[in-house]
Amino acid sequence: MRYLPKSDSERREMLRAIGFDNFEKLFQAIPEAFRLKRPLAVPGPLSEMEIIEYFRGRAAENSRGYTSFLGAGVYHHHRSVVADALLQRGEFLTSYTPYQAEISQGTLQAIFEFQTLMCQLTGQEVANASMYDGSTALTEAVLMAERLTGRQRVLIAHSVHPEYRQVLNTYAKNTGLRVEEFGFSASGQLAIDAVRKAANDEVAAVVVQSPNFFGVLEQIPALAEIARGCGALLVVGITEAVSLGIARPPADADIIAMEAQSFGLPPSYGGPYAGVIATKEKFVRQMPGRLAGQTTDHQGRRGFCLTLATREQHIRREKATSNICTNQALCALAATIHLCLLGKQGLREQAEQNVAKSQFALAQLETIAGVRRAFSGPVFNEFVMEFPRSVKMINAQLLKNKIVGPMALGRFYPELTKRGLVCVTETTTREEITRLVEGIDRALKVPV
Amino acid sequence: MSDKITKAGRHVSQDEGLIFEKSSPGKRGMELPPLDVPPADAAKALGAGYVRAGVEGFPEVSEIEVVRHFTRISTWNYAIDYGMYPLGSCTMKYNPRVNEFVARLEGIADEHPYQPVDLSQGCLRILKTLEDILKEVTGMDAVTLQPAAGAQGELTGLLLIRAYLESQGNPRKKVLIPDSAHGTNPATAVIAGYAVENVKSDANGGIDMARLAEIVNADVAALMITNPNTLGIFERNIGEIAKILHAKGALLYMDGANMNALAGIARPGDFGVDVMHLNLHKTFSTPHGGGGPGAGPVAMKKILGPFMPTPVVIEKEGKLAYDYNRPKSIGRVKAFYGNFGVLVRALAYALAYGPGMRQASEDAVLNANYIRKKLEDVYELPYKLPCMHEVVFSDSRQKKNGVSTMDIAKRLIDYGFHPYTTAFPLIVHGALMIEPTESESKEECDQFIAAMRSIAEESATNPELVKTAPHTTRVGRLDEVTAARKPILRWKP
Amino acid sequence: MYPTNCRYTKEHEWIKMDGATGTVGITEYAQHELGDVVFVELPKIGAKISTGQPFGTVESVKAVSEIYAPVSGEVIETNAALGDAPEKINQDPHGAAWLIKIKLSNPSEVNSLMDAAAYQAYIAEKQKETSA
Repeated sequence: MRYLPKSDSERREMLRAIGFDNFEKLFQAIPEAFRLKRPLAVPGPLSEMEIIEYFRGRAAENSRGYTSFLGAGVYHHHRSVVADALLQRGEFLTSYTPYQAEISQGTLQAIFEFQTLMCQLTGQEVANASMYDGSTALTEAVLMAERLTGRQRVLIAHSVHPEYRQVLNTYAKNTGLRVEEFGFSASGQLAIDAVRKAANDEVAAVVVQSPNFFGVLEQIPALAEIARGCGALLVVGITEAVSLGIARPPADADIIAMEAQSFGLPPSYGGPYAGVIATKEKFVRQMPGRLAGQTTDHQGRRGFCLTLATREQHIRREKATSNICTNQALCALAATIHLCLLGKQGLREQAEQNVAKSQFALAQLETIAGVRRAFSGPVFNEFVMEFPRSVKMINAQLLKNKIVGPMALGRFYPELTKRGLVCVTETTTREEITRLVEGIDRALKVPV
Repeated sequence: MSDKITKAGRHVSQDEGLIFEKSSPGKRGMELPPLDVPPADAAKALGAGYVRAGVEGFPEVSEIEVVRHFTRISTWNYAIDYGMYPLGSCTMKYNPRVNEFVARLEGIADEHPYQPVDLSQGCLRILKTLEDILKEVTGMDAVTLQPAAGAQGELTGLLLIRAYLESQGNPRKKVLIPDSAHGTNPATAVIAGYAVENVKSDANGGIDMARLAEIVNADVAALMITNPNTLGIFERNIGEIAKILHAKGALLYMDGANMNALAGIARPGDFGVDVMHLNLHKTFSTPHGGGGPGAGPVAMKKILGPFMPTPVVIEKEGKLAYDYNRPKSIGRVKAFYGNFGVLVRALAYALAYGPGMRQASEDAVLNANYIRKKLEDVYELPYKLPCMHEVVFSDSRQKKNGVSTMDIAKRLIDYGFHPYTTAFPLIVHGALMIEPTESESKEECDQFIAAMRSIAEESATNPELVKTAPHTTRVGRLDEVTAARKPILRWKP
Repeated sequence: MYPTNCRYTKEHEWIKMDGATGTVGITEYAQHELGDVVFVELPKIGAKISTGQPFGTVESVKAVSEIYAPVSGEVIETNAALGDAPEKINQDPHGAAWLIKIKLSNPSEVNSLMDAAAYQAYIAEKQKETSA
């Protein structure tokens, strides 16, 4: 087997050195009855050629050649080949968690740079070096608010990503958190008055996402005021991180839970991505997840090491802030390299292009008879349209033209049938938008 | 430099500041095509209150500077591609490059989780095939691929147990955890709503059976066991342990962190385990990448199947789909379907080996025992049994000269190796926990052994040399105390 | 070496009485075992604490230790200076690095704690165990 670096004679030689006369002796501790007496019934072995052929075959069964207008928490943005090439350097790809600082300075410095970039983007004071993804980051942010306030009531917007809310509910079930959902107004934003009324001294966190699942930016300052007013913390989720290139950062929030997929990570059918928690300095000891800090060695040279590790499970065991061990280091590194390439101007330009394309697409779609914008609130690169018939029917027609159309919201919001979520980014061309508009127009004319 | 250091030379590296320190206004490393739609005034489109100025302090650098920056700092890392990484319990094995290649294929990397199922049959087939392989390797009946990493797999496993026991009328109160366990086990149990009771190990490093029989009662939901345990020892009484638990209606959870010793050799499903997680970044070779991403699938017996996270992949007449309608499900633990990209790599690994996985396990155990044998005369071996995939020594002999496991570990760096795991498991005072994995040749093992023997000698003849190691790295031991007292967690201009 | 005007617990806290109030800290032995202290977490003023229950934590780089209440009572003052200078615990555990002041709910509780001589003997025994 090509991954195994031993010849049979070397194996026998090593076995003799151990003092065993046959290989079965290696497993003498395993009771006879529990040893597998047959080869595993699994496919393989395959050569490299065959492996590539196998996966090319699977790839061909997917969506290659289709134009997609899907977003909803996962975005198609341009990814530089430079970032991917650097990422695949063995020193990054095949290294372990940087506990041994002296031989992990590359990873540690990159983490430190990532933390800095995340603070700059979110307007927060500290950021951790990644959670599993946006959904678990949001959940961990809420659990953090629970620890900080000693309260268990959570007011969350119905417009937070439905799967993120599902994850939160799974974790809440056994921890005593009481999660209450609040609806949205005609703007698509959280119905603030209802939240204001519900706010009291039992509330640990007010939780929104901005842009929310409908692509609409939330009124963060007003929500921060409500949270502050009742001693709760404002948790803001962000699934479309590119929006921070142009949208006012939620600096007045107490905790940010962000998905960094938009920064150079492929959609990859749902993962792996990188979640981020950013917050105020005074909350750092209740923040889960890995942190790199700057320090010096005995000769005064600058270096970096993992720090505040006492928050983590390997030290605090059952009293840890979270059971999380791994982070998404390589994904965070991809985001770091991507953002360094984009830089200040590039990120701004990318964000502006997203706004321009979505404004254009919105206006074009509104020209179709019977199609209108569903919410009036400000949007970044995603928006909800209301159609005169079911989105499913429209999409069935669009697929014939190799277009994956708007996401039907009825799947998560039964009250929003005939509404579809449309996403355009800098990678969507004018021609593609035109094809979508024409396709929908045609689809609506197909006799039912 | 010592002539005993045969693997490492002087570490050549270039100095490099932080990326922010190279920034100058107007430079950029990525350009976009010209906008092909009319530009929009953001302040008008979004409303002035929703718009920000440029991101303060964001780097402005060119493409070549980015390439050099990350290339230079990368050389400051040790990596599997350089050599042996004997971190006990971490299973640092070779990460095949073809795995990286296939994960990046068009039609794999660009797939969106919400695209129609009809356009995702390839993705679903990958998931289904991997599930089937993991079922066979573990001897279990069902697998969920959703958990993002081992710790989340553990949580999923405990939530499954909780949901199952609840359906039997009583979720019960506590989870038993051996004192040799990973710290995640107790942390996870608490999040799943259970109290933790520690179980002491016996003189052979296994579970104290008499004690176990005494404490398992109707309040116990499960025992979380690592097998082989963190001493690298197979729990000989595993069949009995399962019986004791099952007799009282409790379940057996296995932390699959050490599955690399067992794949193709023995199956947890056959020795009484009800539910377990796997760390695909350990046993199934997906790269650690400096700390993640991982994937933590959970394999389970039939009785737990109805409680699996949604959605579940199902097959009807050759067509794959998702089943969301599972009323008993514990819910979701992560958005979408798991760390798909990691699952792709794990499948590529499994396909490369096929049933030959057995040979990998055998080589891993062979390497660990070879190292045990060749070092047991110079390092104290507190548990003198043959080991499985890893071996744990203690620093008690070297301690007499003031040299600790951490010092020996740091000195290994000078010899061209990554340190082993220090000070874990907690039941061995001053532990040296060594897991070579199957990826190491006899030559690499021999060099490691020579290095360890040489350090043992240095510990006796020149302890100061060991205590102040490493001597050849870019930076020496870092001041972690100041880093924790006055944390600097971001760059500031 | 341990001040004779204090009483001690098996968990290595000391308490110095002044009427019905007591000042609490950790002992020289405790700070030495812990190593460089990097962070201290103390209760809020007004918090009720009870004998044998943890009321705060002391952290080094790689360990967290709970601090247990030697007696029951109400916290009337905490040592705010430790927030910025946790290293004081290593430097002066029996003096400047006191942790909290308590108003005892039952001042006679103190009598059940070890005096300096008994504590000295207790840690001597402990040191013998670990070096064995």
